[in-house]
Amino acid sequence: MVLAIGVGVAASMTTYSVFRAVSGDPIPWKSSKLFVPQIDMWGPSGRGPNGEPPDSLDYADAMALMRDHRAKRQSAIYAVAPSVIPTTKGSQPVNVSGYGVYSGFFPMVDAPFLFGSGWNADADAARSAVVVISSTLNDQLFGGHDSVGKTIDIEGKDYRVVGVLNHWNPQPIFFDVSDTGGFGGDGPDLFLPFERGVAVGMPNSGSQNCDAMPTSSGFVGLQQSSCVWISYLVELDDATSVSRYRSYLDGYADAQQAAGRFTWAKNNRLRDVPAFMDFEHVVPDDTRVSLLVALGLLVVCLVNTVGLLLAKFLRRSGEIGVRRALGAPRQAIYAQFLIEAGTVGAAGGVLGLLLTGVGVASVSLVLPPYIAALAKVDFSLLALTLVLAIVATLLAGLYPTFRASRVQPAWQLKSN
Amino acid sequence: MRFHPIIAALKQHKAGVVLIALQIALTLAIVSNAVHIIVQRLDRVSRPTGVDEANLFRVSTLFVGAPLGDDKASLDKLDALQLSDVDALRHVPDVVSVSASNAMPLQGGIWVGGVSVKPNQKTPTSTFGYYYGDEQMIKTLGVRLIAGRNFNAGEVIHHTINDTSMSPVSIVSKHLADKLYPHGDVLGKTVYIDNKPTTVIGIVDALQISNASFHVTWDYDTVMQPVRLSGAVANYALRAKPGRLREALRESRAALFAADPMRVMPASWGLLSMAEIRDKAYRGDRGMAILMMGVCVVLLGVTAAGIVGLTSFWVGQRRRQIGVRRALGARRIDILRYFQIENLLIASAGVVIGVLLAQGLSLWLMSHYEMPRIPVTYLLVGAVALLMIGQMAVFVPARRASLVPPVEATRAA
Repeated sequence: MVLAIGVGVAASMTTYSVFRAVSGDPIPWKSSKLFVPQIDMWGPSGRGPNGEPPDSLDYADAMALMRDHRAKRQSAIYAVAPSVIPTTKGSQPVNVSGYGVYSGFFPMVDAPFLFGSGWNADADAARSAVVVISSTLNDQLFGGHDSVGKTIDIEGKDYRVVGVLNHWNPQPIFFDVSDTGGFGGDGPDLFLPFERGVAVGMPNSGSQNCDAMPTSSGFVGLQQSSCVWISYLVELDDATSVSRYRSYLDGYADAQQAAGRFTWAKNNRLRDVPAFMDFEHVVPDDTRVSLLVALGLLVVCLVNTVGLLLAKFLRRSGEIGVRRALGAPRQAIYAQFLIEAGTVGAAGGVLGLLLTGVGVASVSLVLPPYIAALAKVDFSLLALTLVLAIVATLLAGLYPTFRASRVQPAWQLKSN
Repeated sequence: MRFHPIIAALKQHKAGVVLIALQIALTLAIVSNAVHIIVQRLDRVSRPTGVDEANLFRVSTLFVGAPLGDDKASLDKLDALQLSDVDALRHVPDVVSVSASNAMPLQGGIWVGGVSVKPNQKTPTSTFGYYYGDEQMIKTLGVRLIAGRNFNAGEVIHHTINDTSMSPVSIVSKHLADKLYPHGDVLGKTVYIDNKPTTVIGIVDALQISNASFHVTWDYDTVMQPVRLSGAVANYALRAKPGRLREALRESRAALFAADPMRVMPASWGLLSMAEIRDKAYRGDRGMAILMMGVCVVLLGVTAAGIVGLTSFWVGQRRRQIGVRRALGARRIDILRYFQIENLLIASAGVVIGVLLAQGLSLWLMSHYEMPRIPVTYLLVGAVALLMIGQMAVFVPARRASLVPPVEATRAA
């Protein structure tokens, strides 16, 4: 019985730890204020199921939204993968990953800085050769010292470091769901001004989706095309600004229709970050299904426990009869057996703790490493395991206890 | 043996009966659906790729300081870098064949297009995955050319992935060929990819698209085109001499760095054997299958233990009645049968409810996740398996009951 509860609880908790890891809110204090606009630039033929417009933006629309600047903060985002050449002699160049973003990006996502800060709007406009690097890259290139003001060589050009991020690697990667699917990597190594990246022809290293082949080749062709490859994030602080931004998007689509670019009615979306991650299926279906199966296992273990407790308690009908005949009220019988059930639950919980530890450790053997790395045992998981075991067993013990308390003392005494 | 006394006796243990039946029902519903999921996963993992997996490996490298522009000079420079790499790799002793090729089954990265039989067709006949590579691609991958001819060196062009030109010749997979021209006469025909014509010059046997997580109707629809993709990152497919894979990987790495050290080629994505690529691609599927299998085993174990526990309790309660029956002439086998039939009745009720529950669960899974409906055979096999597990679990307490001596009848309960 203790084993059944322990196993049931451990299986549920192990899958729950994975589920919690992948469904976590990467920026809980702000996710309801960050929104992802979607514009239907492809029309009916390019829509997804349920008439959904593409999940990212093409260059023309992203630039138009940036120009109009209607939100408190906003940033177009595209993935780059340049190589950085260390200044120290003889070391090999490193391939890094990063993003082209606007200055509004850093305050918008509350990126933590170890040294310096992001760049300002002037640097966006001037396409300045500035860069924000991760602490990992800073360790690699500058031995962890304050590198603000120093230069690094990216694709053969010098960039001035303006800020160093302090171990920033939110998971799910909410600002680039469409390229990453939400998970993976050790975090971006660098950020540079969006228009700088475009100006020097640093190609998009993320995914791109096209409804029609670009008419001309290369990165420039991609910019002129209707292919979508740009993520976009806006910050809207209250309901009024959300509805104002919504109507701005509608107005934009109407204007495009009036200009003859769109031959269909507006079909925009403006989801906040949690809704967008849900829409993008960031939590793998696999994980949801396995959580369900584990919960099913727990239910079966509980049904099993009800049966076993029933047998265990009723086997002691004689003992109950004696206690009742000696004047113990029903309450005392309730107390006795609920405490017993609780003790069984606690024992099952302790066993469950051990098994959960084993389970979480072995998850890394079977699941993709980027998900397994997120699943970990912490205090809240341990506490939850124990509480779940005890509460579940108490619930399971209710009916057997009720039956035990109904034992007729006279009947038992007579037949003994 | 009549059922009437058994049913009458069960009425005295309603709670226990309901609990066992419920447990069997839930177990059947969960296990049959879980096994269904496992089998689907395993089917997916065991799909053949169509290439010579044992000896194949991929090399990817990033050229540092490679020209970023789209002008002809930059592209020619990138292509020259690739050609010199291919040449260096060709001289590696343990390498049989080298191809500048962007695609390999299961690698993840994929370029997708739509192909039509007629120009200006509204919806393409099929979606497909591209295999770009030079004239050595078919030989290196170990794919069988079943009709037509391979590309020749003169047909190989080079451009970036964002280029809009279309190769005038293509080779298609058998699966796609049958979709395009069901009568088997696709050779020499012109088909249209993004409305641009290309002629089918050959057909290869089964070849899986380069992304395993696309579980789609077109996962064997591939189009090969004689293109070396130019870019800062270059990919090569290589085939090692049989049994010399490890050496070939090591030598290839050394050869490339010796030829040109200005490159990035980390172990994580630079050099991967087909076995590693397969492992990466299917790790999630395999993990899910193992997890589910573990859960199923535990579930069946818990259910069996529950049956043993409750039946033992009933046997204990009824020792006196068993003694009476024995004293009245019932044989041991009759007592054993009694408990076995009792369990069969309860388990049958549980199984009937379980089949309904399993169907319901399957329908719910279908509506929430992309899953086919559970086939009836799974339910039948699951039902029979649970009945058998019930019989095996009940055997131990039932045997103990059959050993109750007739003299029990004379003792107080």
